[in-house]
Amino acid sequence: MATDSTELTSLTLAESRDALRSRRISSVELTEAHLRAIERAKGLNAFVATTPERALEMARASDARLAAGAAGPLEGLPVGVKDLYATKGVHTQACSHILDRFTPPYESTVTAHLWRDGAAMLGKLNMDEFAMGSSNETSYYGPVASPWLPPNWSVEQARAALAGDKRGLLTPGGSSGGSAAAVAARLCLAATASDTGGSIRQPAAFTGTAGIKPTYGRCSRYGMVAFASSLDQAGPLARTVRDCAIMLRSMAGADPKDSTCADAPVPDYEAAVGRSVKGLTIGIPREYRLDGMNAEIEALWRRGADWLRAAGARIVDVSLPNTRHALPAYYIVAPAEASSNLARYDGVRYGLREPGADIVELYENTRAKGFGAEVRRRLMIGTYVLSAGYYDAYYVRAQKIRTLIKRDFETVFAAGVDAILTPATPSPAFGIGEKGSADPVEMYLNDVFTVTVNMAGLPGLVASAGLSAEGLPLGLQVIGRPFDEETLFTLGHAIEQSAGGAAWPKAWWE
Amino acid sequence: MAVDQAAVRRIAHLARIAVTDAEVPHLQDEINAILAFVEALSAVDVSGVEPMTSVIPMRLPMREDEVTDGEIEPAILANAPLAEDGFFLVPKVIE
Repeated sequence: MATDSTELTSLTLAESRDALRSRRISSVELTEAHLRAIERAKGLNAFVATTPERALEMARASDARLAAGAAGPLEGLPVGVKDLYATKGVHTQACSHILDRFTPPYESTVTAHLWRDGAAMLGKLNMDEFAMGSSNETSYYGPVASPWLPPNWSVEQARAALAGDKRGLLTPGGSSGGSAAAVAARLCLAATASDTGGSIRQPAAFTGTAGIKPTYGRCSRYGMVAFASSLDQAGPLARTVRDCAIMLRSMAGADPKDSTCADAPVPDYEAAVGRSVKGLTIGIPREYRLDGMNAEIEALWRRGADWLRAAGARIVDVSLPNTRHALPAYYIVAPAEASSNLARYDGVRYGLREPGADIVELYENTRAKGFGAEVRRRLMIGTYVLSAGYYDAYYVRAQKIRTLIKRDFETVFAAGVDAILTPATPSPAFGIGEKGSADPVEMYLNDVFTVTVNMAGLPGLVASAGLSAEGLPLGLQVIGRPFDEETLFTLGHAIEQSAGGAAWPKAWWE
Repeated sequence: MAVDQAAVRRIAHLARIAVTDAEVPHLQDEINAILAFVEALSAVDVSGVEPMTSVIPMRLPMREDEVTDGEIEPAILANAPLAEDGFFLVPKVIE
């Protein structure tokens, strides 16, 4: 018995999983409904490549396994994959011109886990080029429009902008903008994303979805297009905290192909969702209260603490004295590591090649043509801070500051704090074209609450915490001890429930 | 610590990214804006602090020193912009 298409894309990942297991719906109809939704939402530009035949082939195989009682944890669930994950035989370009036509002959470990557990691949998702950005505006494939309507915009206005240059429509955040937009617009049940300075958590906050950047080393980075190797981490974006927990359990795990991937067992993260927060100690770091902070964000932060207190947690003030150095230190460390990682894009073995009279000209012309402006900026800063005469003053100093940042967190956790509650972003989502054109640093300030977590290698989760006065999503972040994602799922779920559950934008883009 | 135009060209060459004369002043401004932003770090007291070398305490895993991969030439050349006889083709490198 056919179920209404809209109904089929309105279930969470957990609800879909249960409906599939009880055979109320089939994976083929669930996948077809999502493929139709993707087609109708082309204007949002969330997907850069779709794989409908593969998705249906995988769905059919899942239906057979479901019927045989041999279902994996993600059996038959259609998901999206951020364009920086190597998917064998499928478009993988990290949304850069320099990786034109690159089709990997291998699969990333994280996506291999998803397919091992039975998920179906809908396609590849838009992102900031090489994961460098906070708004998905640096993508070679153009910006992504958030499915949330800008305040006071009519549907007609929004549709007109969508058909044009999208200016004024909201960004879904970045770099995992496509992932966040697709999940919020109900085009996929969940998406893989990645986070180097906030690229999962900030888009989650901007779109009212849930996202987690696990502890550094929780997931394998094999097959992920590398940006900054000591900061990058894979993670899920999904509609609810429970859905994220289900996804992370499949994504995580040891991998001999990544020597920075921890050989630690993966707990049943879903079991932590719904646990009581009684007895947990939550730290509120005073250095996250910025001068001139957005009043709504500050009020939301206080409200979040009140919710957790009402649920039985103990709220304490804590100090993370080196917080204000994290963002500048990040903008030394990350570009430095990127300049090393992106040296491989030279026009020789894959991707774009521009002609040159000799090998050096080939490199210089290919890279000038292939990289966008933001990537070029960061590579040049990275090259500079690693160059002779500047290495100690910049890179080594930034790595020392990183030790101080990590030490701040260790001190707080050692004093008995289980997790830290902070805002996720300094504001709700802003408009496409609104920031960064005059001063690159303006865009970087979006990451102020999130980069500390990558610098310290800790896990951070963002849960939907309600809507602003103008009707835009707001999120809160919880930061945890290394490998204690379970506590974050417990807290995130409590926040999500206290806020009244996730909210979904009405489809205006079809 | 601001950079001048000669430094911008030097950095571009180190990064192997071609820049036109017209682009240099704008790039200079962008780089200097970022350097001004990170300048605050020079005042931080880092005496006695070790630079972070490992994000999470971990030992480098070891394995047996044996060949476990390879003989996949067609796969490696599959994405090459220009290849011939099992080699990547490039303009002359050695004089």
